[in-house]
Amino acid sequence: MIRFKDFTFKYNAQVEPTLRDINLEIEKGQKVLIIGPSGCGKSTLIHCINGLIPFSFEGEKQGSLTVDGEETWDMSIFKLSRKVGTVLQDQDAQFIGLTVAEDLAFALENDVVGEPELHQKVDQIAEVVNIRSHLLHSPQELSGGQKQRVSLGGVMINDCDILLFDEPLANLDPDTGKKAIELIDEIHRKTGDTIIISEHRLEDVLWRKVDRIILMEEGRIVADTTPDRLLATELIRKAGVREPLYITALKYAGVQLRPEMKLASLDTLDLTEEDKQRVRDWYSKRSDSGAPSRTEPVLQVRDLNFTYRSDRSQAEDHQALKDINLDLMKGEMMAIVGTNGAGKSTFSKVICGFENCDSGSLLLNGQDLKELSIKERADHIGYIMQDPNQMISKVMIFDEVAMGLRNKGLQEEEVTEKVNEALKTCGLWPFRNWPVSALSYGQKKRVTIASILAMEPEIMILDEPTAGQDYRHYTDIMEFLKSLNERGMTVVLITHDMHLMLEYAERSVVFSDGRIIACDTAANILTDRDIISRASLKETSLYGLAELCGITEARGFVEHFIDYERRYERHA
Amino acid sequence: MRNLFNYISRKSPIHDLTGATKLVCLLLWSFASMMTYDTRILIVMPFLAFGLFALSKIKLRDVSFMLGFTLVFMVLNNILVFLFSPEHGVELYGTSHVIAQLWGNHVLTLEQLWYHLNLVLKYLSSIPIVLLFVCTTQPSEFAASLNRIGVPYAISYAVALALRYIPDIQKEYNDISKAQQARGVEMSKKVSLLKRLKAASTILIPLIMLSMDQIETVSNAMQLRGFGKNKKRTWYMARPFTRWDVLSMIFCAGLLGLAIWSNLSRGTRFWSPWM
Repeated sequence: MIRFKDFTFKYNAQVEPTLRDINLEIEKGQKVLIIGPSGCGKSTLIHCINGLIPFSFEGEKQGSLTVDGEETWDMSIFKLSRKVGTVLQDQDAQFIGLTVAEDLAFALENDVVGEPELHQKVDQIAEVVNIRSHLLHSPQELSGGQKQRVSLGGVMINDCDILLFDEPLANLDPDTGKKAIELIDEIHRKTGDTIIISEHRLEDVLWRKVDRIILMEEGRIVADTTPDRLLATELIRKAGVREPLYITALKYAGVQLRPEMKLASLDTLDLTEEDKQRVRDWYSKRSDSGAPSRTEPVLQVRDLNFTYRSDRSQAEDHQALKDINLDLMKGEMMAIVGTNGAGKSTFSKVICGFENCDSGSLLLNGQDLKELSIKERADHIGYIMQDPNQMISKVMIFDEVAMGLRNKGLQEEEVTEKVNEALKTCGLWPFRNWPVSALSYGQKKRVTIASILAMEPEIMILDEPTAGQDYRHYTDIMEFLKSLNERGMTVVLITHDMHLMLEYAERSVVFSDGRIIACDTAANILTDRDIISRASLKETSLYGLAELCGITEARGFVEHFIDYERRYERHA
Repeated sequence: MRNLFNYISRKSPIHDLTGATKLVCLLLWSFASMMTYDTRILIVMPFLAFGLFALSKIKLRDVSFMLGFTLVFMVLNNILVFLFSPEHGVELYGTSHVIAQLWGNHVLTLEQLWYHLNLVLKYLSSIPIVLLFVCTTQPSEFAASLNRIGVPYAISYAVALALRYIPDIQKEYNDISKAQQARGVEMSKKVSLLKRLKAASTILIPLIMLSMDQIETVSNAMQLRGFGKNKKRTWYMARPFTRWDVLSMIFCAGLLGLAIWSNLSRGTRFWSPWM
């Protein structure tokens, strides 16, 4: 059992406490979800429970925190690690071993468990997390979902009674995320362990039942109750966390939410006939949004093929792109979706010239791209990597944004003018003389966008622009990109986020196993069960709500929702 | 992109030896070939080495890159020795059989050629063994072996970790490099070395920043799973010694013994037919 009593914690490097007056009891066997926006203290809370605080991150505490009656501050991290197992957010970092088997064995090796028990236990746990056939594979050969199962196995092998999951859904595609939640639930039922999940993708976690949700804001617990009760309040939205879409839709339709309606899941949702009528009435007020029709292609891809050539004699070549045909229209905002390894990133790398295609053609405004080098293509197509730290190499913001222009050999006057313009567009003008390190993650992202924008490309490709961002930052980044798009920039978004694709993309291209299997509006794609299952996407819960209320035109319902949100809510 | 350790999984008696055995044998073998210039021993070792290579079922094609690299190095080494001291052989062996007149007052001697023959034999006896070790030892078994021969496990594990993350870092480097090239950073041979070094820094800075973050996360992940808890640890990949392991080590120790005996008994490391 975990008990926080009047617990306050301040990192040594910070002036203000990160956790304040926490009073929390988690009973054995409970399944608890901790939600809250970035910086609300949920990671700190997790680190206090697993012992990284105070052992790795030092700070001062007041009050008490006990696990099974013992003060964690008096325990060693090793002793605590026998009770509390943690699955970290970054699966690649969590994966320490060179092979699956070694990673599973890691904790036992450190406990000096010898042969043959070591091998026997590894086999056992591999069975539980269903990774038995991959025991000798290296992490590079695994999919995101498999890595997650290995992480979980490596933690479970210790027979801990408490399992912590620190943002387990970050970087997983929708379907894999769904399976991860199912696996956690299965383990919870089988072992009876205490499960604590920290996550901001609320709707995805609620795919399986949780006992309690703890909502945090600015280091305090603002709600600690059942999902049904919490969803009936406005607290989640106020804290800057995204509610499940069906809940939002019910609110838009003016339905009074009550805990008795079993709001936590669409499967249990109990709507009265009156409620359903409300939803139908709201839907009947829809107007045709009139999506802009675009006819002028800026980029034409024809019969494109690309193969990763293996340099090792025993590995096989891998054809990553197969017969790709696509027209990207001038001024459109397009999403590229699909599982990890489906070819999304490879596709953008081939467009940018990072990789050379085997066959096929790439035409930019009718000009063949194949003759252009990486650098020359970059004059037309800007590529922004997922993590801004992957791109930033200068100390000062101005220099970072100016880098590309200076490399082109432009006069300093012209450079200054263009950089200032880009900084203003990105809302970074006030920071122009700051060092990059002083910025937040979201601001750094803007710096990388500004540094590409300054080069005045016609197309911008962004890899996972909102990964790991909470709703507030997500909205910030996406509204900013939308404003760029409205100024005429063609924007391509590579994403796992179904919400993003619904809310912002005019069209979505679905990749599966190296091929494009669909290219349509998000509302059409996310209501097509065949494509959803082939591309490991997730059906939007709006679809289910529409069905529940007897609205046959689910697609129209989804479109109306997005339209309504754009018009009335986003700017309110 | 190639890894330092290019483990090639095949079924062979060499693969069946434990990593620790192979490491010990590699060390004994290399010491033996380094220590002596006794041609009678050195002439046998390459045959043995290539024989073992054949036994391991590793094809020359699998290691062509490394083999080519080391052979070029061997040739270079020989050329440099010859250019800088064309009469080194005479000094070593104490006799002089002139074959031809070279530049200045330098001469080409049989002794010099004999010395080069010995150098080549040394290379040929150790290169296959090193490649064999690299290709037939699983990286993590290597870490376990280091620990077994007395290297502290924290250091052994650091080796394994480095191997674990090299592919990730290579990929990261590649991505960052391409993205920087897209922003006009010139990495090709068209520009001066200084410019290329400057360009490399624009890739290294993000790479280092990312790696630092990752190191912190990894070390946290390791602590959370009890790394460093005890004075000892076990290894999943470790395997028990068999008769063949013991025999192999005895054989290599014998080889080293022979080399040492040859040196001590004759009071010199060198041997030539004219001595």
